[in-house]
Amino acid sequence: MEELIASVIRGLGIGSTYALLGVGFVIIYRATEVVNFAQPALMILGAYFTAYYVFNLGLPFWVATLAAMVTMALIGAITERIALRPMVGEPPFAAAMVTVGVFIILLIVAFRLIGTTVITVGDPWGLERMDVFGIRIFQVDVAKIVISMVAISIVGIFLKRSRVGLAMRATALDQEVALAQGVNVGRMFGLSWAIAGALAALAGMLIGTGSGGVEATTAFIALKALPVIILGGLDSIQGSVYAGLIIGVAESLTRSYQPEFAPILGANFDVVVPYLIMILVLMVRPYGLFGTPEVQRV
Amino acid sequence: MLAISNLEVVYEDVILVLKGVSLSVPEGSIVALLGANGAGKTTVLRAITGLLGVHRGNITKGTITLDGEEIHHLDAPATVATGIGQVMEGRRIFTEFTVDENLRIGAHTADRGSVDGNLDRVYSTFPAIAGRRTQVAGYLSGGEQQMLAIGRALMAEPRVLLLDEPSLGLAPLIVQQIRDLIVEINQQGTSVLLVEQNANMALSIASHGYILETGKVVMDKPAAELREDEDVREFYLGLREEGAGSFRDVKHYKRRKRWLS
Repeated sequence: MEELIASVIRGLGIGSTYALLGVGFVIIYRATEVVNFAQPALMILGAYFTAYYVFNLGLPFWVATLAAMVTMALIGAITERIALRPMVGEPPFAAAMVTVGVFIILLIVAFRLIGTTVITVGDPWGLERMDVFGIRIFQVDVAKIVISMVAISIVGIFLKRSRVGLAMRATALDQEVALAQGVNVGRMFGLSWAIAGALAALAGMLIGTGSGGVEATTAFIALKALPVIILGGLDSIQGSVYAGLIIGVAESLTRSYQPEFAPILGANFDVVVPYLIMILVLMVRPYGLFGTPEVQRV
Repeated sequence: MLAISNLEVVYEDVILVLKGVSLSVPEGSIVALLGANGAGKTTVLRAITGLLGVHRGNITKGTITLDGEEIHHLDAPATVATGIGQVMEGRRIFTEFTVDENLRIGAHTADRGSVDGNLDRVYSTFPAIAGRRTQVAGYLSGGEQQMLAIGRALMAEPRVLLLDEPSLGLAPLIVQQIRDLIVEINQQGTSVLLVEQNANMALSIASHGYILETGKVVMDKPAAELREDEDVREFYLGLREEGAGSFRDVKHYKRRKRWLS
């Protein structure tokens, strides 16, 4: 029992970082209808900058995290301005291909910066454990869950309540009408990339905490955000959160129990699980579990 | 005063849609712009509001001025800020937003302090939607959606309001309501450029009318004179002079009695 709960909590921890990445995808998709394949590279650079600010500039951990988020927000907005603004009006598929190019470029930059070493982000949790109702769990998992959910809630409240958030949602629904209301649509595109960049930086920091550490190739872990957004529905922030947690837990449970119950599947089967879930979802509900239904008068 | 002079608009670099259109909307007046489908009415509005770019259109000649200031080179957000409000054809409300949110997005360029006051003003002008503030706008009736679209444009306190076919797809009784509301808005001090297919409705409240045909203004008279004009009566108001003969005489097939079985 204890093992099960520990496994679930570990899954929720990693799942919440997937959720962060997924929300970044969703925000960009809703504003611009582009699937942003560069998100993993933004994540890895976010982890790098957090480590850089902590160890090379000697900033306190939390300040460094915020600074890395700001840095990645800027890089995200600049990327949008340079690479994607010219693609406005072109088919979304072409723009998605541009983001693949951006991904490769940023990934090469990350390889150059990080090299082959494993970097840690200087987090205060390390391998500390804590007791909750008699079960020993890693602090870092709790930190991942809490920080991700707080960050996603802030983004959600910003979109729901603020004036700019309303303008972003309007842009997502109908760009021409948003323009006619005086919304600067280009600025909203940039802002959506900035938010996605900041969330990616936060996710990168969280993945680098605890026993983990980050290599340049960790970027590929972030591709698990793809199953997340497919499962959650491309246009639903809520869906991303649930889907991130589901995928994280599924992965963690597989890692804990598959060697025992289904050894025939071999080692590291948990890596495949998110993609299996994605294929299943695509066969049954291609629009995801939480894709918002279109409002129609009858 | 909103003035357009000698405006030429080209879509996709080859399709000449407006061929030297000139018209003016004096301060505090209602001006009607009439014309058949494809005459270029909506293009005139797009040119004014800076939305041509979205449709790959370009102004190749002519000027648009608001109180003497040239505005045809401004983009859409800047045009809204100069005091031009627009209700687009087909209402185009945000169906997934609530009524309240739809109105608030209209105030995007307005002073933050003025939003609540303007909300109250809009709700008192359109009591029909006041009771549905938190409802999803997509479930409103057609007439209510049109009122919401007009209300949204009013949130920015425009000096000139451009209305693109507000009667589209509405029952005659609702059209009358909308017409009265336009008069009321006009009396509160907003000039109105009313683009319509429903010439009857438009000419009954406008002080001046323009008739647009294939990108040219072919007639430009006070509304009262247009209402009396023979061609306008026949082609736009659907009225024919006595003795001009009836369509029944032109029919070349036999009328047959049909029985319901």
